Amino acid sequence: MLTISNLHARIEEKEILRGINFEVKPGEVHAIMGPNGSGKSTLASVLAGREDYEITNGTVDFNGKDLLDMSPEERAAEGIFLAFQYPVEIPGVTTVNFLKTAINEIRKYNGQESLDAAQFLKRMKEKAKLVKIDDTLLRRSLNEGFSGGEKKRNEIFQMAMLEPQLCILDETDSGLDIDALRVVAEGVNKLRDENRSFIVVTHYQRLLDYIVPDFVHVLYKGRIVKSGTKELALELEEKGYDWIKAEVDSLEVA
Amino acid sequence: MSSIHNTDLKSQLIADFQTLQLQLNGKSLLPINQLRSEAMNNFEKLGFPTIRHEEWKYSNVSALAKQNFNFQAGSDFSNKDLKEIHLPHLKGNVLYFINGVFHAELSHIESPGDYLKVVPFAEAQEQMPEVIDQYFARYADYKNDAFTALNTAMAKDGVVVHIADNKTLEEPVILRFIGDTRKEDVGSQVRNLIVVGKNAEVKIAEAYRTIGDNKYFINTVTEFVLFEDARADYYKVQNESDKTHHIGTTQVYQKDRSYFYAATVTVNGGFVRNNLNIVLDGEHIESHMYGLYVPTGKQHIDNHTLVDHRKPNCQSNELYKGILMDKSTGVFNGKIFVQQDAQKTNAYQNCRNVVTTDEATMNTKPQLEIWADDVKCSHGTTTGKLNDEAIFYMQSRGIPKKEAIRLQLLAFAEDVVSQIKIDSIKEYLEGLIVDKLGSLGK
Ligand SMILES: Nc1ncnc2c1ncn2[C@@H]1O[C@H](COP(=O)(O)OP(=O)(O)O)[C@@H](O)[C@H]1O
Ligand SMILES: [Mg+2]
Repeated sequence: MLTISNLHARIEEKEILRGINFEVKPGEVHAIMGPNGSGKSTLASVLAGREDYEITNGTVDFNGKDLLDMSPEERAAEGIFLAFQYPVEIPGVTTVNFLKTAINEIRKYNGQESLDAAQFLKRMKEKAKLVKIDDTLLRRSLNEGFSGGEKKRNEIFQMAMLEPQLCILDETDSGLDIDALRVVAEGVNKLRDENRSFIVVTHYQRLLDYIVPDFVHVLYKGRIVKSGTKELALELEEKGYDWIKAEVDSLEVA
Repeated sequence: MSSIHNTDLKSQLIADFQTLQLQLNGKSLLPINQLRSEAMNNFEKLGFPTIRHEEWKYSNVSALAKQNFNFQAGSDFSNKDLKEIHLPHLKGNVLYFINGVFHAELSHIESPGDYLKVVPFAEAQEQMPEVIDQYFARYADYKNDAFTALNTAMAKDGVVVHIADNKTLEEPVILRFIGDTRKEDVGSQVRNLIVVGKNAEVKIAEAYRTIGDNKYFINTVTEFVLFEDARADYYKVQNESDKTHHIGTTQVYQKDRSYFYAATVTVNGGFVRNNLNIVLDGEHIESHMYGLYVPTGKQHIDNHTLVDHRKPNCQSNELYKGILMDKSTGVFNGKIFVQQDAQKTNAYQNCRNVVTTDEATMNTKPQLEIWADDVKCSHGTTTGKLNDEAIFYMQSRGIPKKEAIRLQLLAFAEDVVSQIKIDSIKEYLEGLIVDKLGSLGK
């Protein structure tokens, strides 16, 4: 589904991604962990198409297409979804209207007819239940004045509504209490199937107790420095990142 | 009074005025005509303002002052032309003014005669002399404001709208001003006087637009008098050509417990100057002012507002918003005066702008002068760019950039447009604004 090869990206002369390689197959869940500032959000943003970053090298193939050649909206229509670490407030646009527009733009791109009001409402009810999000929240301006937890839940709700193929979750767990975390994780798990893949970016192992990954990668200084299975996450939980940092930094010096 | 003068506008107007005087047939001693002569003298002394004038610093009328217009143009605009300016779902009392001249045959009044009186100015001088004597040019400043002086001297046309005491008008009053420039360069000067009686209530809209490709100069003054407990909504809606100079003053005088609610929405116009002046001359008065301007190309839109709190326990509230595109320019100047007597005044003012290109500019100037000590006053102005984070967020959900920008700006504009409570006018504006923002984004 997704193949990233030797991806380099920088912002304002500063190289942040320095040769990322990995592959995601349909149905897989990949966790990306790493210390703060290692480039996790940058990778997520580059995949979603944020323009601030300059891609200096490498390729990203998504279902046989050159992802880096597409606008963010084309990527979304092709099936990529990014749950933001910091969801943006959109004053004056309700979640409902926002999603109606988004869904129908994506359908238009894929040559499908618009959802009518009844179909849309049905889907909305279904998915709202999935993430236990309140209807009144959805009729307010998107994210405006939402609590941290409400914003994150709203991200997962949007994900459920858009039915993407590749879901990228950027620190969806941060700022959530344990109950909210469970709700969000359950929502994600219900969306798992053999054709839908996930890249779950997280700083802590906690989330991975609920969303069990097939693979775990450690990102540090813009490179994947270690890959493994869910046991790697447990090891990181126990030992922290310092031993990995030391390993990598000693190699760099050498 | 021929239409072609090869002279500057001021000389043309002075000559036009002399011709007008000759046509008065011995009525020159009527008070109103004395007033007109005085106003013309003032205009002659003042002349057109230059950018050295503090109030005209960012709005340059020197190009206007070099042109000539036919102020006597008339028009062969008729019923069949109405479809060109069709406004869907238009209901209520609708009055048509073509090139400043009231056209009774196009207009229609629905409200009962004991609720609403609409009288053309010329007739009002005979039919309701007491109203004219008391309120015509009573508050609009024809002494220091050149355009108001000019209008006071020259405006023959326009109407007096009178809402009787204790009457609530169900149907709105909609005044449509059409600049018909299909044949020639046209000038028009309109004067309206709106008197809202004690405890009466009305919604009034002034909708301005043009047809044709020639130049247009419109100089308009609307005076409002709100008696005790009167309530008026007033919407000024502008959709005029890029070849238009629109100079307009709305002068409002409010008495005790009256309520005035204004929304000024400028969609199009080459050069626009709106003055909205409100005098709160009583207690427990409320005045609300909303504004929206969305210039594109090289359009210039200037809004000056003045709120004069003279008595205690009143409240004024102001929100103006602008979306400035291409190479357009905007000006907002908001004055709030709180006189010594006006204790317990609450006055709020806010002006927020989005500039979508590096070439568009906005000049804002809040001006608060407070002589009372027990008041709550606040003001703020912001001018920012489009919110790129929000645009990327929307794009990442599949919404094309162009549409994302449009959604963001429509939501921004909606704060003002949603204040309009005449459905046909609101729909009309929403349509115009959606179209206008459609040109944005790559
Ligand atoms: N817009 C930006 N401008 C400058 N530096 C940035 C910007 N975004 C991220 N960085 C830098 O890139 C590095 C990686 O950041 P980020 O991808 O957010 O890391 P993570 O998500 O792993 O904490 C950090 O050093 C950060 O300061
Ligand atoms: Mg991050």
